[in-house]
Amino acid sequence: MNIIKTLSQNKVAMVGFFVLAIFCLIAAFGPLLYDGSPWKMVQRPFLPPFENSNYLLGTDTLGRDVLAGLIYGTRISLLVGLVSTLIALLIGIPLGAYAGYFGGWVDELLMRFTEIFQTVPSFALAIVIVAIFEPSVYSITSAIAIVSWPPVARLVRGEFMSLRSQEYVLAAKLNGQTHRNIIMREILPNSLSPIIVLASLMVATAILLESSLSFLGLGDPEIMSWGYMIGAAKTVVRQAWWLSFIPGLAIALTVLSLNLLGEGLNEALNPKMSGKREN
Amino acid sequence: MKKISVGASVACLVLAANVYAAEPKDGGAINVVVQPEPPSLMIGMYSNGTTQQVGGNIFEGLLRYDKELNPHPLLAKSWENSEDGKTWTFHLEKDVLWHDGKPFTSADVVFSVDKMLRKTNARLRTSLEFVESISAPDDYTVVFKLNKPFGPFIRLFEVGTMPMYPKHIYAGTDYKINPANQHPIGTGPFKFVEWKKGSYIHLTKNDHYHVSGLPHINDLYWHVIPDAASRAVAFETGKIDVLPGGSVENFDVPRLTELDNTCVTTDGWEFFSPHSLLWLNNRQGPMADKRFRQAVMYAMDREFAKNVLWNGFGKVANGPVGSKTKFYDKSLPNYEYDPAKAKKLLKEMGYDGTPVRLLPMPYGETWQRWAEVVKQNLEEVGIKTKMVSTDVAGWNQKVADWDYDISFTYLYQYGDPALGVSRNYISSNISKGSSWNNVEGYENAQVDKLFAEAAVAFPDSKRQELYSKVQRQLVEDVPVAWLMELEFPTIYNCKVQNLIDSGIGINDAFGTAWIKQ
Repeated sequence: MNIIKTLSQNKVAMVGFFVLAIFCLIAAFGPLLYDGSPWKMVQRPFLPPFENSNYLLGTDTLGRDVLAGLIYGTRISLLVGLVSTLIALLIGIPLGAYAGYFGGWVDELLMRFTEIFQTVPSFALAIVIVAIFEPSVYSITSAIAIVSWPPVARLVRGEFMSLRSQEYVLAAKLNGQTHRNIIMREILPNSLSPIIVLASLMVATAILLESSLSFLGLGDPEIMSWGYMIGAAKTVVRQAWWLSFIPGLAIALTVLSLNLLGEGLNEALNPKMSGKREN
Repeated sequence: MKKISVGASVACLVLAANVYAAEPKDGGAINVVVQPEPPSLMIGMYSNGTTQQVGGNIFEGLLRYDKELNPHPLLAKSWENSEDGKTWTFHLEKDVLWHDGKPFTSADVVFSVDKMLRKTNARLRTSLEFVESISAPDDYTVVFKLNKPFGPFIRLFEVGTMPMYPKHIYAGTDYKINPANQHPIGTGPFKFVEWKKGSYIHLTKNDHYHVSGLPHINDLYWHVIPDAASRAVAFETGKIDVLPGGSVENFDVPRLTELDNTCVTTDGWEFFSPHSLLWLNNRQGPMADKRFRQAVMYAMDREFAKNVLWNGFGKVANGPVGSKTKFYDKSLPNYEYDPAKAKKLLKEMGYDGTPVRLLPMPYGETWQRWAEVVKQNLEEVGIKTKMVSTDVAGWNQKVADWDYDISFTYLYQYGDPALGVSRNYISSNISKGSSWNNVEGYENAQVDKLFAEAAVAFPDSKRQELYSKVQRQLVEDVPVAWLMELEFPTIYNCKVQNLIDSGIGINDAFGTAWIKQ
């Protein structure tokens, strides 16, 4: 309760929250209002925005409705962002927890394994994975998850290492609790706040990654996404700037709002920082 | 958009007509884009488009072809055909020198065709099966004896199909690894100087060229610029004088052609007449039903694709033979855009909504957009379509292994149905592992027979009759869905005069081009 109160007093974080909420609503209900395919060619190509009230944001190189593309793109961007982050957490948290809790050779082994992924530039690795498995929404989500779990593992490991020698953990050990119980019930709940903050930023990164992949033509060819819209418009940027600008703005707003929210969460959840903001 | 670009080209034509009266001037250099960088300049050995573009200005064939595909003298000054159509005699130009100073004679011709090209050029090899013997009665006469009157024989002498190689350099060597391949020696208007890989290829004037007064320009630079946008900018800044067809994205074409002092032409592709089509895998799924294939033809708005994706350049194809290729039958019925008819056909055949996979051509943006348009067209008549994404290697493999339902492609026609059309439809050309034969798996004994007869029928009126028949049959059967006869506009600085002078365009353009001061 306290956290929500602190968060709601943070104006910047609330702006982020509201923008994000709008995008979530668009993702959830937009396609319902907008039946028909975003790929449908509806008007003459290169119709500028605000000229035709039926197609408020104009049309693209083939005469497809930009607004429809934007709405469908919201859904895919958020979906890929959330699902890939969830998968990354499911990989990263257990690995980090085991490494941090047990230490020794388990830690050694798991961290060396993590480093393999950390030494390869993540975007390059994502491109390779998507290219090998043929671009589809599944391969893209998996690729993003695979390149983004190492920081989670690192963070969780650090938390566990510092918490495992805390008195309540030692008490639980003396109590005869199993390792599994200690990890799940004692340490993990206490290390959740930095993970939540990291996760919110990871969603933002995942959206950017998905857009970049689509921009490079490695998107799912069946799905209209923001990155695809920019990629398809890049050659005509001098004739029709709005085709790149509008989806670009959508990406920027989403990522920015996620970052603002993450920052707010960090302040609200971090005991050292809460109370810093008095207003 | 379309109006303006057509207007611009008309203006250029008028301009060009005016300056033809002017006397050609000697001197100067021309900078051309070469995209992508060719693997080699050995024309006849490598069939890459850019190998032809650069190599065609170094090497020569016996004949040249104008935009109506009529043969003109080049290394051969005259030729005659016997009454029965089976003996062709060519009289060669005298005083022709190779770039290294050695004389060009009939021995070079016999060696090039009979020895070297049989090994290095698979496409020519098929046609050479009609040639019984090649002999040289004297230094300047070559006689080809055919086993049948092979109709398209006179159109085999283009430089990309049958270039002349120097016997004194290649005889008795391994052609593929001869060091001269790195420093090609031909008889053409330009000599090879230097190739800085990844940067440029420099050719210079052949002072001993056998056509007097040619070439006019001193130097020719082919620049390698890997990015499409950078190529457009290089043209805008004046670093580049000529953008050969296909070297900038179609979406950039209208903008570039509106620049000052910029000319555009779609001439110079008549010999190849690139014919774009959808391979429909006749072996499997709904594509096995003729009515489905006809429905695909009716479902597509090809006029829209032409206007939006190709800026109005080109022509909707209504059959297997291009309108610029010999023996085209213009009385063929056309499949107009008619979604209602497509739906009716699908209903009639009882199409159950089985999804089909659509394989776009991985050749850049226009092709990707085109696939999106076709997918949308097909879905609107109820054909469930799933787009497959792939790269060049993956595309080749999928098509060659017949692992596709519908795939984009385009094929050159080489002026005659026997050279560039029949290969896509005859059943003897069904062979797994190649992506350039009858990969749709169409089999029709009647069509096989007509194509075989038409290739060797004599005279041309008889050939026309047979080819009209086969075209009619194919248009009814729709073994593939024909899209468009493509036209790739060549964009150039108007100071370059008399640039496109033949049916192969840029490939042998610079021997006759000159620069207006």
